[in-house]
Amino acid sequence: MNAAATVDELQPDALVPAGEAGPASKRIVVAYGFWIFLLSDIVMFAALFAAYAVLKSGTAGGPAGAQLFNQVTAAIETACLLVSSYTCGLMSLAIRSQRRPATYFFAAITFVLGVAFLALELREFASMIAEGATPQRSAFLSAFFALVGCHGLHVGVGLIWLIVMMAQVAFMGFRASVQRRLLCFSLFWHALDIIWVGLFTVVYLMGIIQ
Amino acid sequence: MKLLGKLDWSAIPFDQPIVMGASGGMVLVIALILAWVTVKGYWPYLWREWLTSVDHKRIGIMYFILAMIMLLRGFADAIMMRAQQAVAAGGAQGFLPPEHFDQIFSAHGTIMIFFVAMPLVIGLMNFVVPLQLGIRDVAFPTLNSVSLWLTASGILLTNISLVVGEFAKTGWVAYAPLSELEFSPGVGVDYYLWALQIAGVGTLMAGINFVATILKMRAPGMSLTRMPVFCWTALATNLLIVAAFPVLTATFAMLLLDRYLGFHFFTLAAQGNQMMYVNLFWIWGHPEVYILILPMFGVFSEVVATFSGKPLFGYRSMVAATMAICVLSFLVWLHHFFTMGAGADVNGFFGVMTMIIAVPTGVKVFNWLFTMYGGRVRFTVPVLWAVGFMVTFVIGGMTGVLMAVPPASFQLHNSLFLIAHFHNVIIGGVVFGAMAGYNYWFPKAFGFTLDARWGKASFWCWLVGFYLAFMPLYVLGLMGMTRRMQHYDNLGWQPWLVVAAIGALVIGAGIFCQVVQLVVSIRRREQYRDATGDPWNGRTLEWSTASPPPSWNFAFVPRVAGKDAFWARKKALPLRQDQPAPAREYKPIEMPKNSATGFVNAFFAVVIGFALIWHIWWMAGLGVLGAFLTILVFAFREEGEFEIPAAQVAQFDRTHPVEVAL
Repeated sequence: MNAAATVDELQPDALVPAGEAGPASKRIVVAYGFWIFLLSDIVMFAALFAAYAVLKSGTAGGPAGAQLFNQVTAAIETACLLVSSYTCGLMSLAIRSQRRPATYFFAAITFVLGVAFLALELREFASMIAEGATPQRSAFLSAFFALVGCHGLHVGVGLIWLIVMMAQVAFMGFRASVQRRLLCFSLFWHALDIIWVGLFTVVYLMGIIQ
Repeated sequence: MKLLGKLDWSAIPFDQPIVMGASGGMVLVIALILAWVTVKGYWPYLWREWLTSVDHKRIGIMYFILAMIMLLRGFADAIMMRAQQAVAAGGAQGFLPPEHFDQIFSAHGTIMIFFVAMPLVIGLMNFVVPLQLGIRDVAFPTLNSVSLWLTASGILLTNISLVVGEFAKTGWVAYAPLSELEFSPGVGVDYYLWALQIAGVGTLMAGINFVATILKMRAPGMSLTRMPVFCWTALATNLLIVAAFPVLTATFAMLLLDRYLGFHFFTLAAQGNQMMYVNLFWIWGHPEVYILILPMFGVFSEVVATFSGKPLFGYRSMVAATMAICVLSFLVWLHHFFTMGAGADVNGFFGVMTMIIAVPTGVKVFNWLFTMYGGRVRFTVPVLWAVGFMVTFVIGGMTGVLMAVPPASFQLHNSLFLIAHFHNVIIGGVVFGAMAGYNYWFPKAFGFTLDARWGKASFWCWLVGFYLAFMPLYVLGLMGMTRRMQHYDNLGWQPWLVVAAIGALVIGAGIFCQVVQLVVSIRRREQYRDATGDPWNGRTLEWSTASPPPSWNFAFVPRVAGKDAFWARKKALPLRQDQPAPAREYKPIEMPKNSATGFVNAFFAVVIGFALIWHIWWMAGLGVLGAFLTILVFAFREEGEFEIPAAQVAQFDRTHPVEVAL
């Protein structure tokens, strides 16, 4: 008989250790896989952080962080991002109870806060470039623009993703696949916070220490 | 602003007969194959069953085909280099001018590592891991197809560089500042960078996919410590992919920013740091070595245990050694450049770590030897490869430990001794392992075994050819010959290089035997047909299903009660032969639908890569838009799964009784 079948005498409802329980549910597998992706993304940021740390003193006679960074702007950016993470959490709750209006509402606030963050960041970049502190000026500025810009790029991608997800909720409803993707989105959004906290500390706070 | 960026007719090297001949031949062969497929009307079949397939077995086979084709390309480069060095002694310049020779050794290294070894490893894991775990597919089947086709995109871009433009002349590591715009203004480095970025994304996705599969999708009862060793080594490899490839992506992104937007990460100007490139590259590069070799350790573990008819000696120590290597591989990267001048303490630390990482590998060698000891070893083709590996790899390992001593490394750095060392471990380890795995699992994939005579001929040619080709390089390295020399003055080196060239030809004979082996086996497939699904008396679950397995792998998800699950069942079964087989109630099986997402996405990846290499910005924009729309279409499709009716599953089991009756 099917070799597989011969061991079927196992008690199906007997308590088995987690490692022997068989394939996990799709929701768990998807979230787990996405966690692994986020970890790999954080490793990529680690390389950018390392490059920044190495090149921080390489100002080539140009401006250093202390002259360029505005802690107030950075603090407002941080506030925008952290609050957007909170509203993203509220969106997750609304999704769990399948309340469409609340989902749209909190998604909209998350989106606006994300846009505000990006606008502030781009304004900061523009003012630096206007002062001649371009990424081409020195190795330090190259590393700064790459590290902070890469995070900003992630936020931008997250915003596009959020729009797509709201369209999915509108057209496809709260079906299981959509819920799994929304779960991944919120993981992504929170991970960007984690990276920002590191970035805020390493770039903006430590940047003013000479 | 030109419509086609930097691209014009001067990109095609009409003045170089060797390049034009090679690329003309390549284009002709591709055109002939496409024409043949069209005339025969195979396109619908290919599209439906292969190009859009999300079946892990088919994807694995396609990875393997890609690798085999690129092995021919990389080997052609090798033959040219060996021929050039055999003749370009004294005043002679050989037949390859420096700028061509430089492209050849860069392409050889890039292709062999990224487009031969990696697809071999990922292909084997794709085919074997879900079957060994007793499941029906990987965690993310469509993503798996995306990974495959992104790898194919990188391969296509690399081959386009042969015809349009040029490839990097920087060596396969593309060290800055040589790879910066200032010293490499052509498109060669851009081809290298974009091809590897695109393929690298595919590899990273494959790594994520397999970590999730192995840790979350095992058959009921298969705890981690009951997994076949190949799955353990695949887990370690994929963890390394997830932790190491993002560093490569970031490093290449920095170099791209330098080259495209005038950043100063690694430039000589504005306080860029060239040594940072070398550090970052090898922080990826050393784990990469273990990404390639660990799954092959898994292959040898399966092969040795199966053909010795014994359980693997020291399963737990094998697992511990695998995971120890996985962690330690991140602590040795600096041994690639002791000469950089990091200081005695840093060099000392990395030297010691390098010696330590040899210990778990030694443990593994003893495990294989003790598995064979006292077993009834069947000297099949996979076992020949395994034994050849053990001897060869130990030699390569010892020369590696020798170079782990920083003062020795100062003498041997960038010499042919190093070249001999890493070919010793990559050919003796990765290639031999892939060949063992190919001969071992081929009958599972296609339902007939490979011809053993030609397989043995191929093995002996490879083994003898390897020693002839690379032992002289050790000698030459000790004599002071450095790598990447287009010509040389020391006539005393020439005899050794002639021997090495002969060795390369013998390896070529080995490759020829492999092609013949495949052709002969296909022609005699009825004679070599394996109806049992278990031609080797295997131990693990992949042998418990039909060959080739149905798309759903197992009609009933197996339940596992211990290590070597299939072996244990075969042992228990004779007791029950007299009993009537209990009637099984077949249930419909849910399987992922085929998807063109991977293929279409890869098409746009090639468009994006080609456009960026040639600075055709509008085309790059269109490519990004196309890729985005492709993903959007995938996201909005109705259902990702379909049901295979129970009757179809039952019908398959009736016609392929192997899964039913042993």
